[in-house]
Amino acid sequence: MAKLSFREALNQAMDEEMARDERVFLMGEEVGHYDGAYKVSQGLLAKYGERRVVDTPITELSFAGVGIGASMVGLRPIIEMMTFNFCILALDQIWNNAAKMRLMSGGQYNVPIVFRGPNGAAHMLSAQHSQATENWFCNVPGLKVVSPATPGDGKGLLKAAIRDDDPVIFLESEIMYNDVGEVPDAEDHVLALGKAHVVREGKDVTLIGYSHGLKAVVAAAEALAKDGIDAEVIDLRTLRPLDMETIARSVRKTHRVVTVEEGWPFGGIGAELAYRIQHALFEYLDAPVTRVTQLDMPMPYAENLEAACLPNARDVIAAARAVSYRT
Amino acid sequence: MAKTEQAATCDAEATEQVGREKLRGFLQQMQLIRRFEERAAREYASGRISGFCHLYIGQEGVAVGALGALEPRDHVITAYRDHGHALLRGCTPRAVMAELMGKVTGAARGRGGSMHMFNPEQRFHGGHGIVGGHIPLATGFAFASAYEQRGDVTLCFFGEGAMNQGAFYESLNLASLWNLPAVYVIENNQYAMGTPLSRASAISDLAMKATAFGMEGEVVDGMDVTLVNACIARAAKRAREEHRPTLIEARCYRFRGHSMSDPAKYRTKDEVDERKAHDPITLATHTLLERKWASEDEVKGWDDEAKDAAADAAEFAADSPQPSLSDLGRYVYAEPLSWRLDDAMTPHVREEG
Ligand SMILES: Cc1ncc(C[n+]2csc(CCOP(=O)(O)OP(=O)(O)O)c2C)c(N)n1
Ligand SMILES: [Mg+2]
Repeated sequence: MAKLSFREALNQAMDEEMARDERVFLMGEEVGHYDGAYKVSQGLLAKYGERRVVDTPITELSFAGVGIGASMVGLRPIIEMMTFNFCILALDQIWNNAAKMRLMSGGQYNVPIVFRGPNGAAHMLSAQHSQATENWFCNVPGLKVVSPATPGDGKGLLKAAIRDDDPVIFLESEIMYNDVGEVPDAEDHVLALGKAHVVREGKDVTLIGYSHGLKAVVAAAEALAKDGIDAEVIDLRTLRPLDMETIARSVRKTHRVVTVEEGWPFGGIGAELAYRIQHALFEYLDAPVTRVTQLDMPMPYAENLEAACLPNARDVIAAARAVSYRT
Repeated sequence: MAKTEQAATCDAEATEQVGREKLRGFLQQMQLIRRFEERAAREYASGRISGFCHLYIGQEGVAVGALGALEPRDHVITAYRDHGHALLRGCTPRAVMAELMGKVTGAARGRGGSMHMFNPEQRFHGGHGIVGGHIPLATGFAFASAYEQRGDVTLCFFGEGAMNQGAFYESLNLASLWNLPAVYVIENNQYAMGTPLSRASAISDLAMKATAFGMEGEVVDGMDVTLVNACIARAAKRAREEHRPTLIEARCYRFRGHSMSDPAKYRTKDEVDERKAHDPITLATHTLLERKWASEDEVKGWDDEAKDAAADAAEFAADSPQPSLSDLGRYVYAEPLSWRLDDAMTPHVREEG
């Protein structure tokens, strides 16, 4: 095991996959000569050259589409979005082309492409640069959506995403690139997509989170433990498809669920989880599923207002206590 | 615009260049597309075809001339007005008609319909319904050709309406910037649904837009299959040998409404009649007859064959089964969906009918 930053882990994943498969290339704004807006692609241009590390103009729509086209005829592109806020300009390509090509053609195309980059609020960037976009992508059948919470998972999941034959939206946290964690050295550290991970076992309440939101969940679980509430923590890792088996196993044990996300509530990940859990596991529930989300408003700039909008460990603790009827 | 006083034959020089054999083939291809679509229109009227159905009637010279200038390894992509392109790229009349009727024997196994014909084996990549949305895909095919240094070329068709989309401008900039082997063909049939070019584009000489990307631009009479063929041959050569993209404006006209539901009240009958005098099929027919490259009997024979093929396709399609409901969850991901077990998110239960 090596200790690597999230940035290094993702870089390694791309590096290894590019070395392994000539068809893999990286394309996006500032990925090459600038070494990446967040330095995730650092050194790749020097190693692989301009053919395989392709700087683009600021044209998200077209380079997303170029990647999709290239994937339809046999290449395996990694498209970096400088941040997913800007991916909104490419939504037509991803939604209408990447996600639907297989179905529209009656199964005649693979679309093995990864769209990756930072997602969610960072710190004091205001409304247009602080968006959690995962639920938009999750709404689209044909896409897979992955959002890792640790450097080790980041590497294993990104490698899996690159090797997958379907389009994968790979959402990194803009404020976790410097986080350091254990990363297996093995070349074949590839984690299965669609599998959640039980981070902490517990029997009293299930806390479900992912990506940066998982930090609040883990912190909450530790605090709750001191208070006699033994929380089970699930890291979703993949948001689409959802690993309902792992969730169900946990809910049958704890009978209580809190979901945590840094996106908006309306039609969010928690909304979907709550529906599925009550639909499939109604008789196991001892309390309504409760969700913790960002407040339902565009993100303001001021430090205190931003902090008030984002979910934190206190919110998770309060929700966990509420579903445990311990206030 | 097609010149009114131009005699009802193809351009003499381009005709020489194309030659007897090829022109005979072009006429037969145009006849097949025409008769096929006329048949499709009848099937639509009878209720056996539903959904959006955009006929290519009047524009056949563009696809036939253009695809006739390509090699089999070259890539082709177009918008929703795609029956002709599909037929030229190995989708059989049966497969296209079956797709129109939503049958499992269709070119997309009944998942695509009129707007989404595909045949990747012969490098025909659809069939796309978002106006302008496929232009970046074409650019991606050309990118892949350059990446793998394969020497194949991508031909991308779209309407003059699509040309106003951002996707067009972004894609052509990339193609020129990266020296991609792509040929972009604006099929300027004068209308985007009911909106004439003059109400949608600030300029009418569309090939001029090429200048903005530092690429070659050319205008061609899209009603003359020989001129189209010569023009695309030049552009394909430029793409293949010089790795330079080209923008082509093929001036043409659709004789029918935008789709089956459009009575086309935004234009006069006189206008349509005037255009019909330059029907690409008539031009090619007259040219062949005048040069004695074909006899009237031959032309009539080909036309009958085209009608027969269309009738056979309709019969085949009507007799074909719908896709099996048990396959409903296929083709969404590489692995078939198993949503009923997976996540309890659909209470639907559908029995095979
Ligand atoms: C992005 C988008 N906007 C609107 C439409 C609806 N629409 C379908 S065809 C069409 C006209 C397009 O005209 P043109 O590009 O000239 O192609 P033509 O139909 O003449 O072949 C419109 C507006 C669409 N399919 N996609
Ligand atoms: Mg048009």
